[in-house]
Amino acid sequence: MKISMTVNGKAVSGDVEGRTLLSGFLRDHLSLTGTHVGCDTAQCGACVVHVNGEAVKSCNMLAAEADGADVGTIEGQATADGSLNVIQQAFQDHHGLQCGFCTPGMVMSAAALLKENPRPSEAEIRKYLEGNLCRCTGYHNIVKAIMAASGQDVGSIAAE
Amino acid sequence: MPKDSGIGASSKRREDVRFLTGAGNYTDDINVHGQTYVHFLRSDIAHGRIKSLDTSTAEAMPGVVKVFTGKDFEGVGGMPCGWEVTDKHGAPMQEPPHPILAQGKVRHVGDPIAAVVADSLEQARDAAEAIDVDIEELPAVIDMKAAAQDGATLVHDDLKNNVCYDWQLGETDDAKVNEVFANAAHVTTLDLVNNRLVANPMEPRVAVGEYKRGTDEYTLFTTSQNPHVIRLLMCAFVLGLPEHKVRVVAPDVGGGFGTKIFHYAEEAFCTFAAKACNRPVKWTSSRSEAFMSDAHGRDHVSKIELALDADNNFIGLRTNTFANLGAYLSTFSSSVPTWLHGTLMAGNYKTPVIQVNVKAMFTNTVPVDAYRGAGRPEATYQLERVVDKAARELGVDPIALRRQNFITQFPYDTPVALTYDTGNYNGTMDKLEAAADLAGFAARRAQSETKGKLRGLGINCYIEACGIAPSNIVGMLGARAGLYDAATVRVNATGSISVMVGAHSHGQGHETAFPQVVADMIGIDESMIEIVHGDTSKIPFGMGTYGSRSLAVCGSAMVKATEKVIDKAKKIAAHLLEASEADIELKDGQFSVAGTDKSVAWGDVTLTAYVPHNYPLEVEPGLEETAFYDPANFTFPSGAYACEVEVDPETGKVSIEAFTAADDFGNIVNPMIVDGQVHGGIGQGIGQALLENCAYDENGQLLSASFMDYAMPRADDVPFYGVDHSSQTPCTHNPLGVKGCGEAGAIGSPPAVVNAVLDALNSGGKAVDHIDMPVSPSRVWAAMNG
Amino acid sequence: MYSFEFEKPSTIADAVAALATEEAQALGGGQTLIPTLKQRLAAPSKLVSMSGIPEMHGVCVEDDGSVSIGGATSHATVAREAAGSYSALAALAGQIGDPAVRNRGTIGGSVANNDPAACYPAGVLGSGATVVTNTRQIAADDFFQGMFATSLDEGEIITSIRFPVPQAASYQKFLQPASRFALVGVYLARFAGGVRVAVTGASEDGVFRWSEAEQALNKEFRSDALTGLRVNPANMIADLHGSKEYRAHLVSVMTKRAIEACI
Repeated sequence: MKISMTVNGKAVSGDVEGRTLLSGFLRDHLSLTGTHVGCDTAQCGACVVHVNGEAVKSCNMLAAEADGADVGTIEGQATADGSLNVIQQAFQDHHGLQCGFCTPGMVMSAAALLKENPRPSEAEIRKYLEGNLCRCTGYHNIVKAIMAASGQDVGSIAAE
Repeated sequence: MPKDSGIGASSKRREDVRFLTGAGNYTDDINVHGQTYVHFLRSDIAHGRIKSLDTSTAEAMPGVVKVFTGKDFEGVGGMPCGWEVTDKHGAPMQEPPHPILAQGKVRHVGDPIAAVVADSLEQARDAAEAIDVDIEELPAVIDMKAAAQDGATLVHDDLKNNVCYDWQLGETDDAKVNEVFANAAHVTTLDLVNNRLVANPMEPRVAVGEYKRGTDEYTLFTTSQNPHVIRLLMCAFVLGLPEHKVRVVAPDVGGGFGTKIFHYAEEAFCTFAAKACNRPVKWTSSRSEAFMSDAHGRDHVSKIELALDADNNFIGLRTNTFANLGAYLSTFSSSVPTWLHGTLMAGNYKTPVIQVNVKAMFTNTVPVDAYRGAGRPEATYQLERVVDKAARELGVDPIALRRQNFITQFPYDTPVALTYDTGNYNGTMDKLEAAADLAGFAARRAQSETKGKLRGLGINCYIEACGIAPSNIVGMLGARAGLYDAATVRVNATGSISVMVGAHSHGQGHETAFPQVVADMIGIDESMIEIVHGDTSKIPFGMGTYGSRSLAVCGSAMVKATEKVIDKAKKIAAHLLEASEADIELKDGQFSVAGTDKSVAWGDVTLTAYVPHNYPLEVEPGLEETAFYDPANFTFPSGAYACEVEVDPETGKVSIEAFTAADDFGNIVNPMIVDGQVHGGIGQGIGQALLENCAYDENGQLLSASFMDYAMPRADDVPFYGVDHSSQTPCTHNPLGVKGCGEAGAIGSPPAVVNAVLDALNSGGKAVDHIDMPVSPSRVWAAMNG
Repeated sequence: MYSFEFEKPSTIADAVAALATEEAQALGGGQTLIPTLKQRLAAPSKLVSMSGIPEMHGVCVEDDGSVSIGGATSHATVAREAAGSYSALAALAGQIGDPAVRNRGTIGGSVANNDPAACYPAGVLGSGATVVTNTRQIAADDFFQGMFATSLDEGEIITSIRFPVPQAASYQKFLQPASRFALVGVYLARFAGGVRVAVTGASEDGVFRWSEAEQALNKEFRSDALTGLRVNPANMIADLHGSKEYRAHLVSVMTKRAIEACI
């Protein structure tokens, strides 16, 4: 079937099967490979994108369900000149990523959180990241980066 | 003052930009024109004999290119094991074949029986369902102790039993060990399990095989920590291909933690099938598939006994361990319970008599191999749990008991084959006591009590052996590989540098940290240096990244190659400056003649090397050097960790309230990256201690087969960690004085967590000696109410 | 996944018609169904999405004071929009899965699936809610028929669920550490006419009412009213994450906490 949507501000369309997942449409049809697939049970969150402004797990949503939607992916997060947005920059500044595989989902979840709650506490951040697994960082610097991105002073948090 | 560039600076990671913008290039992002997809039909039976296998219906299904079975691989080798362990009677380990696709028998749930290559993945799956396979189910061998009994069902029919080897290290005279224990004032004994884990890097494994008929060349893109090792093993032992016709590329890799060291059947399959089908073949593991095909970690069952004299000095240690190797020998599996485990049983202590016994078992489970720490966490866990139990039994302070028995003189020859070059265990413990504010613990415990929670403090010390080497020694111990590394420093005409390294970065930040070293040596900006890794066609050679070895071994090769470059550049500078080479000094990117104001810039010298008009005749043009580095010894990072927990006595739920690590990594190149490595290790260690459990039932069915049942640590399971690495005793035998930091957190944290839980329970009046990991709410509750 | 057709009707009538196709299946948010399809454990001929039917979305307060939630309303919407009208239920919705799952998962999908460890069945049964379908109204006590079983007929769609609002209510969830479903979840609702206690995650028969606790609490609504009361461990689930005895114990602990939260 033919579907159309807006992805990172651009109108796109494609011919998909009923079973095509949104993650598959983004990766295979649009070559937007920044959206990663790390599990098959909707646990890991590497595939999180925004659909009509809300964080969703794109490997757990049919592409056809996003027909007509406004979709945002990691590729659309940086500013037009390619410089990192506030969240991305905070992740780099505070070493909030290592292997980088969970990172797109983390950044997209962090963006959704800060839209909802511009100044989340440490506990609120940790709770919100319930659906985003990271195996590298022990989460320390991810939480720290999100606090920093929301304008909070992270100087007193232990370690680098 | 923190530095802002070079060695010691927390330089921001340059690789982050591509990862943060979705521009990383992971193996699954690679699609090759005309590619096909393979789906493996995997056994859902743990142990059985294949009576018939009919693929004819599948072959006729839409989109199917070819269906492979074990028969297609009868002419090639099986998956090799890279380490031959010799048992205590001098016999080589039992080494059964490990075919790419099952031949005759299936030996674990997930064992591949057949493979369907098709135009699309769903077509391959459809066809795989049409394969008619009849398997006669055999009793599954799951419990290690039962597997060791005479008459047990054999995992491998051609072996004499299920014991791969019965190995011993340390004191071989049983009578002497018995005497030490007989004369001890106190003996503490503990039976424990080091739980089986699944590494679960967030990126599942992927392989893409390509073959070009016109040139007879193969390319394998794969999620590997060591592409050269994969190429060597696959070419020399499995497929019999000439290495110069095979390129192995490990592009951006989404975490490894050991499980991407090994050469896997799927890699060899995709390479083989690309030629057989004359089309590229891609395999992407699903997470569910990963649980039954990635090598697992840990899975030891041990008894440990500690003998103390009347003054609480450790006088003897004896361990008896069953180590699960799974159904087949994975690449480095045999070395993990032996040379990476037994050798660490001295820990930080001067125990004079140590005997380590390990029986390694074949079972009908997924192969077990190295996972972050690999053997060292298993050793540390046993030792630090028994020391903690001894302190409780003797009514002495666990820190004081440890301090009393610390090794304080270096170098120190342990009774279990290692020579520790340097360390300062008391100094590191001092750092921990301050950083963790242990003096304030009593007040924090009182505060917890007001909330109805039991608070506990757990201490742990660890030593690890990293940068496994030197090659001649590990060769004597059975390694079938050298464990050196290599680097090529290629200086471009304009002075920028590409460094081709054998280490592979999959989260460790080599692309940032390695240039800091070269920049410091030459005195130029880090941004002028680029690290190239992960492609056998681009780098000289490399043993890859594991065992916290990259900077200590490959970094040393890079230093050596850079020194060669500088030596040659000095010759050119001397010529340009009309001075003696011996008088040339290099500082801040300027070559100068000692004692004069004459100088020439780095860029002018490098340009001269490539435009050699005014040039010393005896020097070759160009500026590129390679070095191979084989270390003189292991490195010995060490540390002391403190964990504070609260236990909810109603539910048994444990929460980590504070975690502090004090590590001695020797010199440090990038403190930010080192802290990040420790954080990640602690996160995984807390995962092992509280959450993660890879479990089989008695029929060999995997009970924790997805993230729905295998509990991964999440952001709200862990706190912010305190990390202190100001205790620094530089490694004495490598040029950077570095030791390695990648595994420390995973080694040091599990005993600290478990010790803390037991402290909480005992302080709350519950006499509980031990709880096996994961210390889950149900287990804590059962122990409290047992 | 096996191949299937996809249809997204905009009215309930069209959805009912679409579901008349053999092996057609309704698709709520798909948060459980899609993983099941990936494992090839289900082979529907057609998925009929409920997401495009406006009358099945949203939270509203009825004239009798009950709160009615459209069957295709996401957990996130319930957490947000029911916070004022039925805060305990909103809090339950806010504890399901994770934020991204809550943005897709729906109340109708969850209740129709009746996973023995899901949160919503406890909220529906504990509230004594009414499940409204395209053909009838089903009392919660009649709706849940054991693990993954309900009284829904083939092709029947949950269009809304109507919750009477209690004087006080609380959902206490003890997490299964891997899936983050409920290892044990207790929904307690105190109405003028009596107390209802519904338990999820614990029983081999799926969500159930703990009637002994209800009787005790109807006599006196205090946490120590439960002293000596315990569900029968024999009917509890035993798995990697907890024994029968542990789950039985947790039912008591979580119920006690729910009572305390209601006082």
